Amino acid sequence: MVAVNILETKGLTKIYGGLQANTDIDFSLRRNAITALIGPNGAGKSTFVGMVSGRTPPTRGSVSFEGRDISQLPAHKRMQLGMAYTFQITSIFPGLTVEDNVALAAGRRLAHDKVAHAEKTATVLDRIGLKDRAGQVASDLSYGHQRVLEIAMGLAQDPKLFILDEPTQGLAEGEVEAFVALMRTMAEETTILLIEHNMRVVAETADHVAVLDQGRLLASGSFDEIRANAAVQSAYLGAPADV
Amino acid sequence: MTVSRTTALHFGTLLVLIALFFVLPAYHVGAFSRIMVLAIYAIGFNLLFGYTGLLSLGHAMFFAAGMYGFGLSMNFGGLSVLPAFAVGVLAAGLLALGVGLLALRTIGVAFMIVTLMFAQTFYLVILYFGEYTRGDEGFIIQQAQRNLAGIDLTTETARYFAAFTLFAICFLAMARLVQSPFGKRLVAIRENEERARMLGYDVGRLKLAALVVSGLFSGVAGAAYAMLFGYVGASFAAVHYSIFPLLWVLLGGAGTTIGPLIGVIFMFYLIDISSSFTNAYMLVAGVALVLLTLFAPQGIAGTIRKRAVSWLP
Repeated sequence: MVAVNILETKGLTKIYGGLQANTDIDFSLRRNAITALIGPNGAGKSTFVGMVSGRTPPTRGSVSFEGRDISQLPAHKRMQLGMAYTFQITSIFPGLTVEDNVALAAGRRLAHDKVAHAEKTATVLDRIGLKDRAGQVASDLSYGHQRVLEIAMGLAQDPKLFILDEPTQGLAEGEVEAFVALMRTMAEETTILLIEHNMRVVAETADHVAVLDQGRLLASGSFDEIRANAAVQSAYLGAPADV
Repeated sequence: MTVSRTTALHFGTLLVLIALFFVLPAYHVGAFSRIMVLAIYAIGFNLLFGYTGLLSLGHAMFFAAGMYGFGLSMNFGGLSVLPAFAVGVLAAGLLALGVGLLALRTIGVAFMIVTLMFAQTFYLVILYFGEYTRGDEGFIIQQAQRNLAGIDLTTETARYFAAFTLFAICFLAMARLVQSPFGKRLVAIRENEERARMLGYDVGRLKLAALVVSGLFSGVAGAAYAMLFGYVGASFAAVHYSIFPLLWVLLGGAGTTIGPLIGVIFMFYLIDISSSFTNAYMLVAGVALVLLTLFAPQGIAGTIRKRAVSWLP
């Protein structure tokens, strides 16, 4: 039987000097759903996903992925287990072509099978709308296209868990629309953990919302539950009319 | 399409090198024997610097390990050419593995310094064991010993084609390697190490593998130099032999397959020609280097690729 939760953290804590960035976070992530992690600036969202993905070593606490304790694994081993991660600040291979960027992402699993590798690369480029720019050097792309390319690199890995750290940051209105549509199709095949500031994107995509405030998990539930939660309102959303 | 153009370029380069033997005067034939051996060294350095983005300032130790592995095992171990060659290459590879395990814990400037320090240590070790290595003075490998299956490697023809054969193997092997998934992953590390890691690549292991392969190629060059020119000396382990490959690769074009060869040819003749006019030939070389770095920072092949021939491998 496949467990309902793909990811669980217990007592996850990060202390930087005297600052408690994350305090005893017990969190579970439901499989095949989109969970949004929200919270004001400095709430500890990036620290949290950093500890989940292995980029940031925790002070204490544990992370388990698909029932297995991965707390001791370095980041690349966690990715090999089926995680993918997109950075808050766009992180691509700037000197390589769009196609090579995607091929490198797909290549970790598929490099031994040339046909499947080429097919996967082409499929992802097509799906994400970058097929016509496949030969272009990535650093020549517009900012919006670079964001899209980074998401394409995540898709090319066929992840079981896709962590997106503020993917719509800096995107134009129309690009956000396209991104929301893409997220919906992605949700059918993977589990998504989304850090997002744009409440409209959260409202339109998230099945489940978790709120971090001052390094603690403040509340979790559906978007409407969260919207109605008094503690969340005072911590983050301000007047409900904002939403 | 690209594959065939690339292949044509590589085999064309090799054909030109064969043709040069028949058209060049004796002096230049000798020069090109040397150039091809040094180009193997540059090719090895280029894998680490040009493709992986790691700048080592201590590659002379790998070149010298190949050279001394070959020379000492011949003179003291009584080995013949082929096994001695294997010892030289293996010595360089093992040294690269050991140095890599320690030095790759550092990055950037620290990596440069640590490799430089290891190379200096290696150089001093050679001097310290002067009883065997003959220190700065070095030692000669006798003409009679430099014989491969009845071929006397000291004749100009045999030397040229031995150097050519080794160069061709290394050149084509490296061209293939950098197009392989392994090569692409190294480029990924050069472009964005953190992204490569977060795609699930074991960056540490890939860098170590790159360093070992780079060290093996350097060892081939060092052993070949001793085999073909019959001399083994500590000056090849000194710091300027760590700097040369950097200059060759920068001038020729880092991260290109033909850049290392172009760089060695350019530098060799730059010094050769300017020294026939003036004693201050290093000044001429220096000025040329500064100009190239200013106006063609990607080296000769790199600039050609950028300006005109984007498919250049």
